[in-house]
Amino acid sequence: MSVITTSQYTSYHNKVARSRATSEPAWVRYLLIFTALSFLTLFLFVPLAAVFTEALRKGFGTYVTALLDPDALSAIKLTFIAAIIAVPLNLVFGVAAAWAIAKFEFKGKSILITLIDLPFAVSPVIAGLIYVLIFGLQGWFGSSLVDNDIKVIFALPGIVLATVFVTFPFVARELIPLMQAQGKDEEEAGLVLGASGWQILWRITLPNVKWGLLYGVILTNARAMGEFGAVSVVSGHIRGMTNTLPLHVEILYNEYNYAAAFAVASLLALLALVTLALKTFVEWKAASNASYNESAVQ
Amino acid sequence: MAKQKNVLPGFSLSLGFTIFYLSLIVLIPLSAAFIKTTELSFLEFWHIVTAPRVVASYKLTFGASLVAALINAVFGLLTAWVLVRYTFPGKKFIDALVDLPFALPTAVAGIALTAVYAGNGWIGSWLEPQGIKVAFTPTGVMVALTFIGLPFVVRTVQPVLEDLEAETEEAAASLGANRWQTFSKIIFPAIWPALLTGFALAFARAIGEYGSVIFIAGNMPMVSEITPLLIITKLEQYDYVGATAVAVVMLIISFMLLFAINGLQWWTNRNTTSAH
Repeated sequence: MSVITTSQYTSYHNKVARSRATSEPAWVRYLLIFTALSFLTLFLFVPLAAVFTEALRKGFGTYVTALLDPDALSAIKLTFIAAIIAVPLNLVFGVAAAWAIAKFEFKGKSILITLIDLPFAVSPVIAGLIYVLIFGLQGWFGSSLVDNDIKVIFALPGIVLATVFVTFPFVARELIPLMQAQGKDEEEAGLVLGASGWQILWRITLPNVKWGLLYGVILTNARAMGEFGAVSVVSGHIRGMTNTLPLHVEILYNEYNYAAAFAVASLLALLALVTLALKTFVEWKAASNASYNESAVQ
Repeated sequence: MAKQKNVLPGFSLSLGFTIFYLSLIVLIPLSAAFIKTTELSFLEFWHIVTAPRVVASYKLTFGASLVAALINAVFGLLTAWVLVRYTFPGKKFIDALVDLPFALPTAVAGIALTAVYAGNGWIGSWLEPQGIKVAFTPTGVMVALTFIGLPFVVRTVQPVLEDLEAETEEAAASLGANRWQTFSKIIFPAIWPALLTGFALAFARAIGEYGSVIFIAGNMPMVSEITPLLIITKLEQYDYVGATAVAVVMLIISFMLLFAINGLQWWTNRNTTSAH
């Protein structure tokens, strides 16, 4: 195709335009870059590097021992179980909410969007507290739960509930603007051609938003595995039983077992780095898809 | 296109499920906090939420959050500017790492910052001889909250900076404006709503933060004890009503902030769309 795309045009244009009249003198540029990088170094890079150096301070043997400790292994297991339950629940919710909000017009839509955002505004500690008020011993269902020998607080269900709460908006927030931008022409075309609602969802809508969906899931998972405050309130901190990885880090740290605490923390830091790498990949993929579609249209 | 009947299926199912799940996970549990406080008379409630130790924790929480959000507004704008306008080695890598505070579990951030800013840490051992104590003081709280809020300003300002048209700046330059005038009169007004949104998001996040703060704060009552920690302390003493009363105060403030942020975002969108 011989036609130059808009994005190519603007990037070329920007490069030329930024050369003289609309850029800063070199010394200002270097000063600004230096200041920004110093700030990021003090607050981001040094703490990140510290996690790994502290973890390996007493040697690789201590590091491995800390990770293979039975309490650490059971914390890893519990963290995975909580995420495996919480992430799909919020994924289904996110798709349903985005379908209703992006494809239909109804009264109170902006209120609904604000309500979906609520968990972002609530302190994790309060997220834990509200479930204690409902399912705790003195809570609404406390006595009936005891009678039936069901444990929610200080057990897995409470940990899952708190995790679901703090990761509640992530998938919906990613999908709603994406699906709004896509419109509903393709879905209506599918309907005219005789597709059922589920077929439209599976074959048209979800493939169209797959990168946004994946991004939402990655964010949900990272937060689910790393949540500390909310889970800390409902878990009861029973070693080897109701300790997730972040809680295990806290216990080791408070016992002055720094090398082990940082060893376990380094696992979580690795998880964060993998999350960021995946996120960058997904953004790159989504951007190249978008520019491909753009040039195909032209 | 005028008003048209929507033919797509699944509206009542998806909306019904959304409202059901939202009520079950978020709305009903949150209302439990408000219902619990009805066990108190207004005077009792007031007495709990204005006790000296609680008020000291508000001052620390809101003060440190405000300072942290201001630091992030200044340096977040600078970081966004540098990432959008200039080229330097490792830029893509640094751009990706800006989101680290979103991805790193708060407990890990907490112990890492403590290790770095403690008296024997990499940065602390260098600050302490100058008489600056960070870890186990209110300054430490501020450092942790700055870390937590770092991506918000960068990520709200960055897209707006990217969308600014070079032509406006060229016009300003050709009319004789110097770079500083162009920035303060042309660029800054355009990014101002986004900057304010990022600031409010960082502030709102900082108020509720718990995990990264408790390790570095020292947690001394009246001095370095944040409100979320006070809620947990009350819970551990089985003072459920007291914990809930303080939580309700925080919830009300958070809700007001959320509405303010939504208004700001609406304003930002309106500004950017009208510019095109």
